[in-house]
Amino acid sequence: MSKISTSESSASHLVSYPKFIWRMLVLATEGNWLFYAWMIGLTAVALVGLNAWAVQVTEGMGVTNMTDHVSWGLYIANFTFMVGLAAGGVMMVIPAYLYHDEDMHDIVIIGELLAIAAIFMCIGFVVVDLGRPDRFWHMIPGIGKFHFPVSMLTWDVIVLNGYLLINLHICGYLLYNRYRGIAPNPRWYIPFVFISIAWAISIHTVTAFLYQGLGGRPFWNTALLAPRFLTSAFVSGPAFIILALEVIRYLSKYKVGDGAIKILVNIMRVTILINLLMLVSEVFTEFYTGGSHTASAKYLYFGLHGYNALVPWIWTSVGLTIVAAILLLRPKITQCPVMLITACVLAFVGIWIEKGMGLIIPGFIPNTLHEIVEYLPNGLEWRVSAGIWAAGLIIYTLAIRVAMPIFTGEVSLKKDTHV
Amino acid sequence: MSDPNTTESTNGISRRTALKGVGATLGAAAFAKAIAPIASWAKDQSVDEFLQNHYRELSPEQMQKVIERIEAETKEDYGADVTIKDAKPQAGVKFAYALNLSICVGCRKCAKACHIENNHDRPSGNSYIRVLEMKKGSLDMEHGRADYSGPVPKSDSFYMPVQCQQCDNPPCVDVCPVEATWKEKDGIVAVDYNWCIGCRYCEAACPYHARRFNWTKPQVPKVEITPVQGYLSNRMRPQGVMEKCTFCMHRTREGKLPACLEACPTGARVFGNILDPESEIRWVLENKRVFVLKEELGTKPSFYYFFDE
Ligand code: SF4
Ligand code: SF4
Repeated sequence: MSKISTSESSASHLVSYPKFIWRMLVLATEGNWLFYAWMIGLTAVALVGLNAWAVQVTEGMGVTNMTDHVSWGLYIANFTFMVGLAAGGVMMVIPAYLYHDEDMHDIVIIGELLAIAAIFMCIGFVVVDLGRPDRFWHMIPGIGKFHFPVSMLTWDVIVLNGYLLINLHICGYLLYNRYRGIAPNPRWYIPFVFISIAWAISIHTVTAFLYQGLGGRPFWNTALLAPRFLTSAFVSGPAFIILALEVIRYLSKYKVGDGAIKILVNIMRVTILINLLMLVSEVFTEFYTGGSHTASAKYLYFGLHGYNALVPWIWTSVGLTIVAAILLLRPKITQCPVMLITACVLAFVGIWIEKGMGLIIPGFIPNTLHEIVEYLPNGLEWRVSAGIWAAGLIIYTLAIRVAMPIFTGEVSLKKDTHV
Repeated sequence: MSDPNTTESTNGISRRTALKGVGATLGAAAFAKAIAPIASWAKDQSVDEFLQNHYRELSPEQMQKVIERIEAETKEDYGADVTIKDAKPQAGVKFAYALNLSICVGCRKCAKACHIENNHDRPSGNSYIRVLEMKKGSLDMEHGRADYSGPVPKSDSFYMPVQCQQCDNPPCVDVCPVEATWKEKDGIVAVDYNWCIGCRYCEAACPYHARRFNWTKPQVPKVEITPVQGYLSNRMRPQGVMEKCTFCMHRTREGKLPACLEACPTGARVFGNILDPESEIRWVLENKRVFVLKEELGTKPSFYYFFDE
């Protein structure tokens, strides 16, 4: 490469990159009435959540139902689940690149965009859980005090942000080149794809370690926690992506091949069963051994000393997961969209309960002095959480809205210059 | 040009653009309205506090300024004139506490004294000490309860007060992402109330339910506020940060005893410097069969329990 051609190409980037950004902005605000209605609805929910959070910052976190006994609640529950969803996003990536499955290549980006949106939601749930969000900068290495490597939370900050950057890079790079009508240079994204696969496992493992490493909380202090995190992520991630693909298939003009959905269903068939198996193993260890370590599990599944707020939650979760597993095992499920969508929704909600409320809250009940103080989220916590979900869905919708036309070549630099 | 949007008439496009403009304006207005409570909250936050450095990085001059600011804030918020001191750990001192379970009667006077001494939030009745009523015959906390009532002591029970164990291997310190909590040279685990981000990870990590979060701004009537306060201990805490027992470091570092010990009517509590061979605490540790709570967790508490018999 001569010097001139490099400077030439960077000069052309100076023109085409702003154009690319501008085109994305334009695309993001265009759509049919359904798109507008959806976005306006989400924006309204997000604003309600924002307002609830503003009240929480002003009045103090006493406006939530959390206490010194159950000091993490719905926010951290959602955070934990969301990490799983982010990792699950790469489920699309593995078959596509590892096995060179052509059917998957084109829609891999749907999974990676999901990872990006999910990480934004993770960050949101952590921020709303802070008593002093104004001191967020204390965590920034260099200006603040970053307690690395001792605190697992600092590891989590690193892996989550790293994962976000990797996925932003892959998506941005692929889209930009598609837009310019140039074949992407594998050197610039294939290594990152492999890193992102390994990294997806790391965000999960590190998040599980957050809880798993606490000796004073027997419910979390089990080696099975991290592997179970991974398996359930590989249920919820594909479930969400299948749902997204179905929506795209029915509400837009883009073709979604059956091949991708079949692969995802096959993945879910395996992971949902492994997840159930691990559940059985966990329950067996807890209840067959007995002793005071069992108190949290007893509370969760059957109630303890007359306290049983979580019992309906966890059995709903178990029920939903089992029904989803049975539906998924039917050989013809991919030909029956209604059944497929039902199975995915059930699995998704089941895992949301299990990896959220079912995992975080029993860690605190009974508390470390064996007192039982129950917790259920209040209206404000639901509003804040719904707001973050809505914001995440806004990001995801916009991302797909922008990515699809560029990916299918409907919008490109060439067409834009010739208009 | 297959996109239906771009094939619309020019008229349609401009109407659409105008609608987008209206939408954006409405959205911005709604955003401002939603976030409004924060604006009023931000007015009460000082820039100096926002930029304040970590406790251990403050120079003596900066510390002086910070103390003056906090004293002024206490005056403004609570109407009380207070003096804040920053007593440092003394060389050759490491504190330990021991509690005689044979004579504790469960009157909760220690918990009450803590509530007053440390300017705890009045409506919630907060205290760093929780007293467990345990059934005789078992040391398992599962058979204890903190919400007991009625006359004490009950003949079938004994009483076990639990507070921060000032662990030598404290999980709460390890997990803090911003080093807002650490172990001082004399063994006391402290929190920088102006550095903590309120993530409550330490509260999840502590095996002894010793940490307390300021869910709201503490409310204490002006006349009940202690006039001389410690920077790392009983000064008024901001909303949204963690706090915990500090073995009353504002007292003990100046040679006094903790408030909970002075309040105890039975003399069940023994406090002192374990590096001093003549101290009572050393005598207890050497002559009584002492034990620590949850020894299997490896937290190495500096808080010991023993029975007389
Ligand atoms: S008792 Fe809890 S708060 Fe106190 S030092 Fe040990 S872990 Fe930390
Ligand atoms: S609540 Fe404060 S002291 Fe506790 S871990 Fe979080 S930042 Fe550290």
